[in-house]
Order: sequence, then C-alpha cells, then structure tokens
Amino acid sequence: MIVEIETILAGIREALPNSGISFRKNPGPSGQHSLLVDGSNLVEVCQFLQDTLDFDLLSNVTGVDWPEPAKADAVAVPEGEVTPAAEGFLEVLYHLYSTNRRVGPLVLRARTADRAGNAKIPSVVSVFRSAEFQEREIFDLYGVIFTGHPDLRRILMWDEFVDFPMRKDYVAPDDYEYEPTPHDAVLEKAKTHYPSSETQDGKIQDTRKEPVL
Amino acid sequence: MISDSSMLYSTPALETGDDEDQLLRVSLGPQHPSTHGVFRMNVVLDGETVVSLKPVFGYLHRNHEKIAENATYLSSMPYTDRLDYICPLSNNWAYAHAVEKLAGIEVPERAEYMRVILAELTRLINHTAFAGFILGDMGAWGSALMYAFREREKILDLFEDLTGARMMANFMRFGGCRNDLPAGWAMKCGKLVDDYGPFLDEMEKFLVGNEILLARTQDVGQLPKDILINGGITGPMLRAAGVNYDIRKVEPYGIYERFDFRIPLGEIGDCYDRIMIRFLEMRESLKILRQALDQLPEGDYIHPKAKIRNFKPPVGEAYGRIEGPKGELGFHLISDGTTNPYRYRVRPPSFINLTLLEDMCLGLDLADVVIILGSIDIVLGEVDR
Repeated sequence: MIVEIETILAGIREALPNSGISFRKNPGPSGQHSLLVDGSNLVEVCQFLQDTLDFDLLSNVTGVDWPEPAKADAVAVPEGEVTPAAEGFLEVLYHLYSTNRRVGPLVLRARTADRAGNAKIPSVVSVFRSAEFQEREIFDLYGVIFTGHPDLRRILMWDEFVDFPMRKDYVAPDDYEYEPTPHDAVLEKAKTHYPSSETQDGKIQDTRKEPVL
Repeated sequence: MISDSSMLYSTPALETGDDEDQLLRVSLGPQHPSTHGVFRMNVVLDGETVVSLKPVFGYLHRNHEKIAENATYLSSMPYTDRLDYICPLSNNWAYAHAVEKLAGIEVPERAEYMRVILAELTRLINHTAFAGFILGDMGAWGSALMYAFREREKILDLFEDLTGARMMANFMRFGGCRNDLPAGWAMKCGKLVDDYGPFLDEMEKFLVGNEILLARTQDVGQLPKDILINGGITGPMLRAAGVNYDIRKVEPYGIYERFDFRIPLGEIGDCYDRIMIRFLEMRESLKILRQALDQLPEGDYIHPKAKIRNFKPPVGEAYGRIEGPKGELGFHLISDGTTNPYRYRVRPPSFINLTLLEDMCLGLDLADVVIILGSIDIVLGEVDR
C-alpha cells in the first residue's frame, strides 16, 4: 500500500539525471513523505511516473501559501543542509496513485520562485486531465499561474474579482454587500468604509448613488 | 499580485467559422431543476447537437477551506456536513480519518463498527436518492423520487435517533464518535436492513424493464477506461466502466477488510451501467450492514484519551481518503503545530468527476446532457465549497 519512495526517487534520478528532485521527510505520524520537484522538470517527472511506474491516477492537487519559507521546511524537512528560500513562495502538491499496482499516495511538491511576478509552475494537464479544474481552482484562489494550461481562468470566484482569497495575507473587504440601512456591527463598519457620508443626525446616507472618493 | 492583466483570461470564444449564424447558445442553469442545485453550463448547440459545453461553478462558493483555516480542527466538523449534504456522515468520517492520520490517533473497535454502519447507511441514502433524481431527470417527475425519499426518510429517522439531526449530523470525533448508540437502535437498524431488500427489488423491477429508461440511458455518455482514470474520475462512475478500484478494497480504512463483500463492475460505462452499478452497490452495502450489526462489539465509542479541547496535532501533513458514495472523498491537512490547520483541503469527488463532462456530452443531444449530468451525481455544496 505505502509507496517505496526511495526506490521511486532512485528510479527518477536514473532516468532523468538533471531532474533536480529531492526527498522531503514528513515529521508527522502519517508517514507520507514527499518528493520536491524542480518546476521546470515537473511535466517530465509526471510523464515518467505515468509511463514507467504506472502512477495513472492524479487524485488531488493542493495549493499552499508559504509567506514564511522556514515554516514550509518544517513540514517538509529536507535531508542535510539546504539553504532556505530567501522569500515566501506558493507550493503545489500532487497526490498520485496507481490503480493497477494499488499503491499510493506518492506526494510530489513543486514551488514557485516567489509570490508575485514569478508565481509560475508548468501545468500537468497534458499528462493528467484530472488537474484541469484543480489547477484552475489554485490559480483562482492562490494566483499560481500554470503555464501551458489550456483554459486558465477563474473558476469559483467571479471573473471581475481581483485578489486571491486563500493567500495568508488576504484582507477581506470592509463590506461584502451593500446594505441600505446598516445597523449594529455593520453600521460601525460602514462608518469606516464611507467616512464622509455621515450626516449630522448620525445616519448613513446612501452614498452608492454619488460615491465618496 | 499579478501585474499582467492579460493572464486573467475570460471564457474563450468558440471558433465557429462560417456556421456562426447556425449555432444556438444556451445558458443551462443555474436555476434549473435538472442541474441538481445552482450549477450552470454554457452550451452551444448545432440544431440539437452539443458542440461545446463549459461548466460554470461558484454560485454556492463560500470558501470553506479558508473558513476551516481560521477555525480549530474540531470546529470544522459540523461544516463538513454541509459539503455533500446528502451524505454528511461520510464527510464526517473522511475528515476524522484525515485528522487521525495527521495526529496518529487510534479508534476503538466499537466506534469503527459504528462508523461502518453509518457510512453504509449513508451510501444507501445517496444511491436511493440518486435513483429518484435521475428518473426525475428523465421525465418521471415526482413519483420515483417520492418512493426513494420514503425509504431515505426511514434512514434519516435512524440518524435523528442517534445524532439528533436528520442531515447535519456532526457525529464523528477524532478517535471515535460523539455518543453511543441509544438502546434498541441496532435492532431498529437491523429491521430496516431486512426491509430494504424488497424495496430494492421493487425499484429495480420498475427500472430494468422500463423501455423509456433503456432508450434514454443505454449507449449514452460512455468514455474509455484510461480516459476516465486520467480524468480523475472515481467511485461508481469509474467502476461502471469496469475499473476495479474501490478504496474500501484497495486501501482498507477502518475495518473494511473484516467484511465479506464484492465490488460490482460495469462493462460499458454508459448511463445505464452507472444506474445499475449503484443498485448493485446497495445490495453489497446491505451485506456489510448485516455483518457489522451481527459483529457489533461492546466497548468504548470514543478513545478514552481523545482530546477535545486544545487539540494540537504534531507538525506534518496527511492525506486521508475514503470511498464516499460519490467517489474518492479526501482531506489534505497540513499542521504547523497550532490549534488551527495551516492548510485544509477537500478533495471533492463531485467537482473532479465533472472534469470530463464536456467530453461525455459532445455530439449528443441537449436532452442527453441532463441525463449524463444526473448520472455523475453531483451535489453543489461539495462542487463549489
């Protein structure tokens, strides 16, 4: 049932010598260790796992935001001395299974260079179709750009939305929905949201008709 | 943030060539009885034939995963009920299973038996309701669903006796269940299991020989096995195409290896196979239920040292999955050693099973789309999260 991750690692290193792949230990009791793959080789590694080692089911794709790189290395402990990343990054995890050999999960992780302009990872949709919607979801909620994805656009949030709500530093808006007669907690929030809209009798006016800038 | 706004694509235009005037664009849903909730599909039709189908998600999105990151581990348990609200107890189990992997918690034997009983009852609910819904999609509006819901309500009564709620159970805990079975519950459950077989006989009799059902479902929506696996399709959808992959057998969680049951497999993988596979699965669930009720041991319903307050799993991550009624239901949790999960990810079977919806529907009639969507068996609480 449990994958023999050392054997797989050796197999990948032999077949793809420049894959830049490394073992990451899981310190928890689950025993699900992972392989950190360099983004530029991710598609080749997935193709190799599918063709040679029969990992045909990409079950789950998870996005994670790591503003503090040290935390990421605490969850996925590197072997030996590794210089930690200089700045925060986004990470994508892949859980692979083999339906014939009935083993899994094989956990792959790929990291972006940073959380801003270079938040890019190659898409694995060309190897595993099951990543299509899941990568779109990670793009939508985290802002990872999957290069080569056939149809990368927002999936759960609406198209006009600008931020990425699952990031750790996401700030929720002051008011989610306009309320014509705010009261209680919403009234307090509305006062900060529309500071100049308060009239002398303390009521909030409908400022949506003439927005206060 | 992304500065280049061209990265944010909108829905791509369909390349239609000279046929533009001939095509009809239909927005199917979100308010439509056959979309099983607020699901929408942008369909392009050439006459009656589907040329393009783009699903539109998010009408029920509430960012469940973010809410769970801002709550303790246990406070997310009632929220998992709302994912797939037809089968809340399976969701409870999947989440408890993942947390138990993450923290290395053991579950007492009686609690394991209770979990199996509840999960299999949930499977009965889901597949029975499915039969009612899909016949509704085919135009048998009302009566089939009434028969299905009559039986479902009997199981929900059992759930209410046990958990206090028909659907929003919030019953599993890390290391067991919330409370013990009330007196006489197992006997009532046994009676229900005995009565369920005749109901299935009756329902199947209506289905198997029904000419309209055969005409509408046979050779509709099938895809080859390898494409289904590649598309991440799991559960009855995959087994209907003949792939022997059931997590209860492949990776026996809980105590499933103790029971004698078989995995029904389809041959073709069309909508008819998908309906029949669910009926066969219900028969197997009844077998498991009988064995579990016979073997149900005395003992603790929760691990005596299970921590309820100030529960902090060690640093690490875990992916736990179970065979939900709709497919592989998994939870991926990352702990940084605090009371709240650092990352909480749901692997929703309904959502991922929709990946190949367009492939199944292309070239068929619009009326078939409704059947295919029904045969995937989605619940929007789980799709949109």
